[in-house]
Amino acid sequence: MNPHVIQALVLRYLFLYTRTPVRMVELLFWPLVHLLVWGYLTVFLQKNTGDSFPYAITFLIGAVILWDVLFRAQQGVAIFFLEDVWSRNLLNIFAAPVTTFDYLGATYVAGLLRAAVTSTILGVLSVILYSFNVLELRWYLVPFVLNLLVFGWALGMISTALIVRWGPAAETLAWATPFFIQPFAAVFYPVDGLPVVMQAFSKALPCSYIFEGMRDVLKDGDLPMRDLVIASGLNVVYLAAAGVLFVSVLKTARDKGLLTKFAAQ
Amino acid sequence: MPDPVLQVTDLVKRFGDFAAVNGVSFEIGKGQILGLLGANGAGKTTVINMMLGLITPSEGRIQVFGKDLAAHRIEILRRMNFCSTYTQLPGNLLVSQNLKVFGLLYRVPDLERRIDEVLELLEISHLKKRVSGHLSAGESTRLNLCKALLNRPELLLLDEPTASLDPDIADKVRKAVKRVREEDGATMLYTSHNMRDVEEVCDQVIFMHKGKILHFGTPAEIVAHFQEKSLEDVFIRVARGGDLETAKLVD
Ligand SMILES: Nc1ncnc2c1ncn2[C@@H]1O[C@H](COP(=O)(O)OP(=O)(O)O)[C@@H](O)[C@H]1O
Ligand SMILES: [Mg+2]
Repeated sequence: MNPHVIQALVLRYLFLYTRTPVRMVELLFWPLVHLLVWGYLTVFLQKNTGDSFPYAITFLIGAVILWDVLFRAQQGVAIFFLEDVWSRNLLNIFAAPVTTFDYLGATYVAGLLRAAVTSTILGVLSVILYSFNVLELRWYLVPFVLNLLVFGWALGMISTALIVRWGPAAETLAWATPFFIQPFAAVFYPVDGLPVVMQAFSKALPCSYIFEGMRDVLKDGDLPMRDLVIASGLNVVYLAAAGVLFVSVLKTARDKGLLTKFAAQ
Repeated sequence: MPDPVLQVTDLVKRFGDFAAVNGVSFEIGKGQILGLLGANGAGKTTVINMMLGLITPSEGRIQVFGKDLAAHRIEILRRMNFCSTYTQLPGNLLVSQNLKVFGLLYRVPDLERRIDEVLELLEISHLKKRVSGHLSAGESTRLNLCKALLNRPELLLLDEPTASLDPDIADKVRKAVKRVREEDGATMLYTSHNMRDVEEVCDQVIFMHKGKILHFGTPAEIVAHFQEKSLEDVFIRVARGGDLETAKLVD
């Protein structure tokens, strides 16, 4: 990876956001909506269930914030590519001295930036509105966030690969991919709340362990180390597989002239 | 001929069963401008896209600066650049921001100064702080050309750089192209539908038809070969398929 090239690509991304502040709205709107919905649901449940609820129900708010890390990282990667398609700039980038790794590196940075912006804002708001402080997760927050970022990147690369392969018709995948897995990701409810068949699927997703772990930490202040290890191991596998998929789709795209077709559309 | 900067050997590109480029060989010497002519669909853009590594050839070989493109793509791309009617620079960025991004991508030294130079060369210095998407067609083509010149490319690929330009701007673009060749000694591959462009700018011309090279020579040689009055007449005859004996001859 060449840091100058990555810097140039990220600079373009930053220019885009500073030039068109309305994009900030898109960055904040959905996370805010989610925070409000789940936040007030939490408040409501807290008032009406008394002590009968098994553990600190504020985990729903933590779930919203952590889910957003994954979602934004995925989006950063997928939207990065689409921005170039939308602005008819794709060939300028792919015919510049940019390696696939430079390009991916830049998309990771974009994902990281998106995740950092929204989760910071959500974190602050949840303290103000619901007295929920995500820092209650203490040092666990670091491996949680890292794992969610990496899984988000992997999903982002998969979304982009599908868009390259199937063309602009597949654009909605950029937004939809994380939601395909959300029901199985144990974001808002534990894995054993799912039917047994689905649990298998759930256990194959690194993020399930993170969301389970978050609830454990909020409840007991601790979590099984094993889960973190499994999540990280799965993430390495997903990231590598997504990378292989991305590289092979790019090769197909160069064989079939898909990149230049994009430009002509 | 001086050392070839670009050497293309038996290049073929098939999309499924269809051969968009079908056995093309040519070379360009240092500082030469080679025109690539042919009707829509002749395969010109496909040739250029293969040179940029955007499309992988089905067969054949491309060597740039004496190196194999497939094996040294990034290193070669750093020393070349292109401008095509099919691309634009991001519309929401300022002209200066777009040039800065691409200047960094191509690692252009003394970038701020170089940006001013290329804007000056294409006479659009006054647009530096404008939003790229608000430029007219002529202005935005010249901005594309600025991007293409930023890194002082040793090999410059121009795909219909004067399409959609009025005669005045087209003339400015031709002059800029010639100046770059004189000052930097850049080698160029130039496609155009504008015969005036070709006669004025190109040293040599290749006529392509249905993925094959029909004829190669200076503009004057081509006109003489086809026994027509002008390059434009040759173009029309070739495009209408009135050239089949010639095609067989070349095969
Ligand atoms: N990616 C692609 N997939 C399938 N066919 C293509 C693709 N790109 C170009 N073609 C076909 O190849 C032929 C040559 O196209 P092109 O190189 O763009 O011609 P020109 O630039 O000379 O007008 C055309 O018939 C075009 O439809
Ligand atoms: Mg073309």
